[in-house]
Amino acid sequence: MLRAVMSRLVVAVLVAVTVSVVGFSLLRLSGDLAAELAGEAATPAEIESMRVKHGLDRPLPLQFLDWTRALAKGDLGRSLFSNEPVAEMILQRLPVTLQLAVYALIVSIVLGIPLGMLAAMHPRSWIDRLSLVTAVLGQAVPSFWLALILIVVFGVMLRWTPISGSDTWAHFILPTATLAASALPGLMRLTRSGMLEALSTDYIRTARAKGLGERTLMAVHALPNALLPVLALAAVQLGTLLGGSVIVESVFALDGIGLLAYRSILRGDFPVVQSILIFVALVYTLLTLIADLANAFIDPRIRLG
Amino acid sequence: MSDEVLPEPRWRIHLRRARRHTGFMAGAIIVAIAAFMAIFAELLMPHDPYLQDLSKRLLPPIWDAAGTWTHPLGTDHLGRDYLSRLIIGSRVSLIVGGLATLIAGLIGATLGLLGGYYGGRIDAVIMYVVAARLSLPGILTALALLAVIKGSLVSVVAVLGFLLWDRFALVVRSATQQVRAQDYIAGAVAVGTTETRILWKHVLPNILNPLIVVATLEMAAAILAEASLSFLGLGVPPPTASWGLLVSEGRNFMFFKPYLIALPGALIILLVIAINALGDGLRDLASPVDSGES
Repeated sequence: MLRAVMSRLVVAVLVAVTVSVVGFSLLRLSGDLAAELAGEAATPAEIESMRVKHGLDRPLPLQFLDWTRALAKGDLGRSLFSNEPVAEMILQRLPVTLQLAVYALIVSIVLGIPLGMLAAMHPRSWIDRLSLVTAVLGQAVPSFWLALILIVVFGVMLRWTPISGSDTWAHFILPTATLAASALPGLMRLTRSGMLEALSTDYIRTARAKGLGERTLMAVHALPNALLPVLALAAVQLGTLLGGSVIVESVFALDGIGLLAYRSILRGDFPVVQSILIFVALVYTLLTLIADLANAFIDPRIRLG
Repeated sequence: MSDEVLPEPRWRIHLRRARRHTGFMAGAIIVAIAAFMAIFAELLMPHDPYLQDLSKRLLPPIWDAAGTWTHPLGTDHLGRDYLSRLIIGSRVSLIVGGLATLIAGLIGATLGLLGGYYGGRIDAVIMYVVAARLSLPGILTALALLAVIKGSLVSVVAVLGFLLWDRFALVVRSATQQVRAQDYIAGAVAVGTTETRILWKHVLPNILNPLIVVATLEMAAAILAEASLSFLGLGVPPPTASWGLLVSEGRNFMFFKPYLIALPGALIILLVIAINALGDGLRDLASPVDSGES
């Protein structure tokens, strides 16, 4: 077990370094940073002085070291657009994106797990069909389109919800629904297949044979085994939702890091884009690491193996 | 009679089984129609999809009282025939879906094949590359890359190809590990067959089934991703008609003319469901047990 944990840790650290290198290269490839920093009306001499001031004249590997040193101190540079510190811009908007991702995850867990369970307990019933249809649609409906349709139906025709902004909790209803639609099918289908597998095992047959009630059977024997991979997936999904909220946030004008990333991409503000990309990637790596370790710790087959 | 004892040719058995599989057939027919639309768009379109005529802006569709058969689905905000734009839109979806999947398949299958066959250090390195790729958020990374290299059909294909190979790598890797453990591989090694030959002649043909199933999944994913990127304005640049771009253009008018976003969206969904159904069908048909015959 220790070996497995160590190798997972090593991979996670390597991935973090790789992602940072990718982010760094993206920033350098996006254009001449010194010219961007000096502004549009700058003379060649001013651009050169900017280059020296920010260390952009030094060899790239050294620049990378400078940059990681600053990164470790939480200094992500400044926005080319507003000159604000990037770290502050991200921290200001992070709560909105986190709320959105957590709400969406809760909704998909609360709906997806029971639906997946029921589908497994009653194969080929209407509820099984419903779960299949939900999964097929969830995979096929583009979230930008679902967002627009929800705006037209619930925001404009029925006038039940606000359609843009992030001021009140009601502003989160439609974005949460859109984002949950992308996370729900995976959780639901995994619960279903996990339950089906658990129900076909010998220990379930034994438990049934000794006359255990269906409810105890499900709650004590089948569900815990089926849910292990589902919880791991949920942790990974949280990371995916953080990165995937860019579409939803831009359609609903929800002022989180996704919208910030999109706007920064459109105006060529690459220090911000790069920082958000690295931030989301690091959070994702951390979440998958936690999911893996938690799985290894809970599952005796891995813990003792 | 002698011809009664003759076994039925294999392809005929496959065809018969395929015909009985409803999902596979429905998917195949829809994908075929989309491909027909994309290839013969010039013959099917009633008008030039790029011809702007501001005197004919936002003409109503045929189900509206003022609609005419000249423009069955009306025109867009620049007076371009909407039906023609929907038809030609299938071309971008299928080109991006097909080529991006091809690139992703080449990258992913190569990595998966090497990792699964050699194992050990090579496998560890490849798994780390997969982990690094998975940690990068897909749409966000694609948007950032396209902002640097500027959106075009070629750059969208390249970016998506470089972002969608992870599932190929994982599936091919585990399929290769299974094949690797078979006796015929040990046999081939024992008689001195070269590794390249083993990989080409013995491993690759035996992992084709999972490879094809993943390819359909990734093609659907690539089509959705292209639509999203074009919707956000960083995919295929206008005036090229992509279904994602049509939704984005129709967005300003969606409260009065909801069909301007409903139709291209419905086509994306239909195509993606069809491709997924095709993939599921292929998986069912490829597995010898539970073939639907019982």
